[in-house]
Amino acid sequence: MDLRVRALESLLVEKGYVDPKALDLLIETYETKVGPHNGARVVAKAWADPQYRKWLLEDATAAIAALGYTGRQGEHMIALENTVRVHNIVVCTLCSCYPWPVLGLPPVWYKTAPYRARAVIDPRGVLADFGVSVPDDVEIRVWDSTAEIRYLVLPERPPGTDGWTEEELSMLVTRDSMIGTGVPTPPPRTPRERS
Amino acid sequence: MNGVHDMGGLQNFGPILPEQHEPPFHHEWERRAFGLTLAMAGAGMWNLDQARAARESLPPARYLASSYYRIWLDALSKLMLERGLVTFEELADGRLREPPAGTRGVLTADRVASALARGSSTYRALVGSARYSVGDAVRTRVVHPQSHTRLPRYCRGKRGTVAKLHGAHVFADANARGNGEEAQWLYTVRFAASELWGPDTTAAAIHVDCWEPYLEGC
Repeated sequence: MDLRVRALESLLVEKGYVDPKALDLLIETYETKVGPHNGARVVAKAWADPQYRKWLLEDATAAIAALGYTGRQGEHMIALENTVRVHNIVVCTLCSCYPWPVLGLPPVWYKTAPYRARAVIDPRGVLADFGVSVPDDVEIRVWDSTAEIRYLVLPERPPGTDGWTEEELSMLVTRDSMIGTGVPTPPPRTPRERS
Repeated sequence: MNGVHDMGGLQNFGPILPEQHEPPFHHEWERRAFGLTLAMAGAGMWNLDQARAARESLPPARYLASSYYRIWLDALSKLMLERGLVTFEELADGRLREPPAGTRGVLTADRVASALARGSSTYRALVGSARYSVGDAVRTRVVHPQSHTRLPRYCRGKRGTVAKLHGAHVFADANARGNGEEAQWLYTVRFAASELWGPDTTAAAIHVDCWEPYLEGC
């Protein structure tokens, strides 16, 4: 495959369809700049700042753009609030729709058949594959990204994090907790372990 | 199109196998396939919905057996061949034989950052008002178009409730056919899981984004 794609690349550059510098920049952007650390910052801010949380839930596109995350595959954002009664989980059964500006490119499992097939019918079974168990009295809501609306799960803030800064909080936000297939990392038991 | 890409509710695909500390790309060719696909989108010779339709229209057995970026690459080749940007012989060995065909543009390096940050909003101002409001009971139509659609098979002919109205957006089904954007009102529709799956589900509700032509009153 490496040879085939290299040949294709040189053909398209030679034809003048592709600017090789643009190609490198596109790859570099999604490999090094855009990723779940962006979404973690959004979630941490929503945990720490009630006004921001309200804005995020009312107009996620604007609230997320205010932190500088905009553009391709995140043009129309909705934030889904997890509570003690509701757990949200996001899928794209038809392919791989995913909020790039806040989460980066989707992981392989998100794009492959086992997840796409099962998330809409058996989300608890899916969560079990991730080692996550949600109590029976919590309802599971599934969101199939079939149009250009992109979804970001706002997980519950872990207990024991009172007084934490946004930066400290953001370290607890995992990628999977923003898709709904995970939960935030629990905080260490004593402040000393925090560093 | 009732293709194998429409996977919601299928069974027997086995467990999900998450990879710890997964990198964005697993091979150099995936990196280049990703970049080439985005760069060629900048040539303006197809829209995103046509690219999706091209991926879905690969032969079913090949689609299921292919990795994600392999599907992207095959779809990219198909789109370029269909539009006369490359020839079959050129694709086979990468050697230039024909002069370049005209494109609508080239994504140059100086415009990458702004193009990515701007994205491509599908929102369109539409005269008139949406037929349904939040809380309305709706039913999805029973349709089986041969071309690209975003109404999954598992939620056709099902009753749901309008959960949100998103304004009017480019209608993917029309845009994929290349007949213009035909913007339509877009809704999030909530389906009770039992409406879709009977007793055989662990979900409470499934939400699907539906353009107005997918819906009828009930």
